[in-house]
Amino acid sequence: MQISFKNVSYIYQPKTPFEYKALQDLSFTIPSGSFVAVIGHTGSGKSTLLQHLNGLLAPTHGEVEIGDYKIQADEKNKQLKSLREQVGVVFQYPEHQLFEETVYKDIAFGPTNFGVEKDEIDDRVERTIDSVGLSSDMLERSPFDLSGGQMRRVAIAGVLAMEPSVLVLDEPTAGLDPRGQREMMDMFYQLHRDQQLTTVLVTHSMEDALAYADYVLVMDQGQLYMEGEPLEVFHQKEALNDVGLDVPEIIEFITKFEQKFDTSMQYTNQPLSQFAEQLKNKLKGGHHDE
Amino acid sequence: MERSFLTFNNVSFQYREDYPWVLQNVTLNVKPNEWVAIIGHNGSGKSTMAKLMNGLLFPQHGSVVVDGEELAEETIWEIRKKVGMVFQNPDNQFVGTTVKDDVAFGLENHGVPREEMIKRIQQSLETVGMSSYENQEPHRLSGGQKQRVAIASVLAVSPELIIFDEATAMLDPKGRREIMNTVNHLRRERDVSIITITHDLNEVAMADRVIVMNKGEVWHEGTPREIFAKQAELTDIGLDAPFVTKLAHELKDMGLDLEMEPINHEEMLDALCKYHLKT
Amino acid sequence: MNDSMIIGQYVPGQSLVHRMDPRMKMTIIFFFVIVVFFANSFGSYGLLTLFAFVSVAITRIPLSFILKGLKPVWFLILFTFLLHVFFTRQGDVLFEIFSFPVYEEAIEQGVKISLRFFLLILLTSLLTLTTTPISITDAIESMFHPLKKVKFPVHELALMMSISLRFIPTLMQETEKISKAQASRGVDFRSGPIKERVKAIVPLLVPLFVSAFKRAEDLAMAMEARGYQGGEGRTKLRELTLTKEDIAALVLFVVVMVGVFILRT
Repeated sequence: MQISFKNVSYIYQPKTPFEYKALQDLSFTIPSGSFVAVIGHTGSGKSTLLQHLNGLLAPTHGEVEIGDYKIQADEKNKQLKSLREQVGVVFQYPEHQLFEETVYKDIAFGPTNFGVEKDEIDDRVERTIDSVGLSSDMLERSPFDLSGGQMRRVAIAGVLAMEPSVLVLDEPTAGLDPRGQREMMDMFYQLHRDQQLTTVLVTHSMEDALAYADYVLVMDQGQLYMEGEPLEVFHQKEALNDVGLDVPEIIEFITKFEQKFDTSMQYTNQPLSQFAEQLKNKLKGGHHDE
Repeated sequence: MERSFLTFNNVSFQYREDYPWVLQNVTLNVKPNEWVAIIGHNGSGKSTMAKLMNGLLFPQHGSVVVDGEELAEETIWEIRKKVGMVFQNPDNQFVGTTVKDDVAFGLENHGVPREEMIKRIQQSLETVGMSSYENQEPHRLSGGQKQRVAIASVLAVSPELIIFDEATAMLDPKGRREIMNTVNHLRRERDVSIITITHDLNEVAMADRVIVMNKGEVWHEGTPREIFAKQAELTDIGLDAPFVTKLAHELKDMGLDLEMEPINHEEMLDALCKYHLKT
Repeated sequence: MNDSMIIGQYVPGQSLVHRMDPRMKMTIIFFFVIVVFFANSFGSYGLLTLFAFVSVAITRIPLSFILKGLKPVWFLILFTFLLHVFFTRQGDVLFEIFSFPVYEEAIEQGVKISLRFFLLILLTSLLTLTTTPISITDAIESMFHPLKKVKFPVHELALMMSISLRFIPTLMQETEKISKAQASRGVDFRSGPIKERVKAIVPLLVPLFVSAFKRAEDLAMAMEARGYQGGEGRTKLRELTLTKEDIAALVLFVVVMVGVFILRT
């Protein structure tokens, strides 16, 4: 589903001394089927943006369009429920939302709320527990007896079981160890491709944005500060540093290398081995090898 | 032999008798003023180690010795003055209703007179750069700021060892930087040993020594350089090597042997420079 | 945030009333409440009203803000007034409303009782408006201190109160977070039959309890690591000291009290 924001502003507690503009005149379009990373430091408006994606918040001004759904200011949206079925949100530390007695019941909770048939739910639970990499032996266990990483996967399965066409991820790897982080991101990427999802990833990890996204939105002070393809965005190191963001380490390194050796290097997301080879050629005076 | 401030002698621990061993036969030393990083995947027993270091837990076998005294029910209160801990969740260790009250909490527990307390609160808040937040309430602070207050609270008691138990895990990159800057600042300003339990590799690179845990056992220990050199094995036990290490290994595979194992960008660039001059 | 309700809210300030020792404030209010019940003449009521409004003026909190904030209470005051007007049958009949006689005494009683009610609420809300919850806790701990002799856990109680105060905002944020997560999974907290809405509370409450327990566990560990071993041998940063201002306030209040008894009929 295509997502578009048209001049969206959001104000918390308007007309009070606590008034706070979280989003200001935000406009962008996310084409259906893309994997978009939203980056920005804490307080830049990322999480307010995220909550507009399934109608948890409605814009104070402007309009949000998600597929055929429209969310506007001051308008009760009767289709809110079906919008929420279409847009699955994996919140930060999603394991905190688990509450049922068994893993099965917790995964089934979303689909049940949306009125999915019993047989279909059984099917979905089986499928999603598998796609988050857990065994179906776990279904009858209490989610609270599982390890932290497993609990998170159960919570994610609960979102996937709604079979959304848009998947919104808020810092999904927070608190995991390096392997856990990589496995988690690979899993989402797999799902994104297999189920042709539109994926929105809110992240602090520039590494992940570079590795998985095909488009990046940079937020600062509630406004869209920059947007573009990851390589395009991350090559503007100074502009990013200005708003308190880093660039991925490999790009940082290339910049330093280029300065030191007075040369230029292309980075196009090539594997590290290829990159090492280019580096070696440069050092040997790459221009002779051609 | 140099004096050891903290020693684990063949420590084994399990939470309950019918549970598996979380730690097995762990022996380690931390010297005064040393910075030791303990790394390992989730569930490798790292955090349990931290809790054994100041008597929040006691081992079933072996002993923990702090500053020459063995940890036991009778010694824990003395030892807790010497060993400060900063935990993972910034919210769940903030006891006071304001920054000042939180720093005071530990001092109040140790019966420090009020005049002295006020002085120490000011000093330690200054060290972590939170003086201007003295009267703030915790819910108005960022995660990084709360963790800095937690560090100040520990500092106020003037411990000889500070343990950071995944203290940066729940922070954003800015918060992490704040904490690491604070730790580096501490190292310059005071005599204190530091143990960081983490899986953030940039934090590991700053330590004097690294202890790698795997499945409850000490898998390896050495300088960051020595540890990162074992890149392939690190990956096997669920950890990652830093970018520079990975790059150095790719280059090595291609027959470009660098003089030493670089652990940061600058060392890598220097090594490449030397290689460049040779060819 | 509900800004039409000010009971229990603290408004930061530097006024004399803000600065006063919370123990003194609580003592004065305690006796004020008693004295209000002794007032019976317009003179004595007038003096108490004057005292209350002067106190409000000193705080520099706009009276309109307080009166607006007491909105929910206005209804109760009005109700009390009407009750008296219609059910007191003494004195001369003043006028009739829909052939219902209203007596002189009734109006007088109505005014006095609702004024009494109003003064009580005004002064007690002045306490919470000018005193942080934590200062109130300190005052309670200090005033109940003698009860320690009879093994009443004063320190523990005060610590519990201050920790609860500390965690209220955290748990509020948490509640909002979880309710949003569950709303995203199709829970409807706002509409539908009552039975459904009550059921919708479960997915909110269970995670909230789980997290509160986890926090409590972490906190207990952090407190222990920082050397907490009960109230024995503890010193305190927060210290309550009576100043000249407190004594002056007390003297003024005693004068008012004496005045009230003189003006009684």
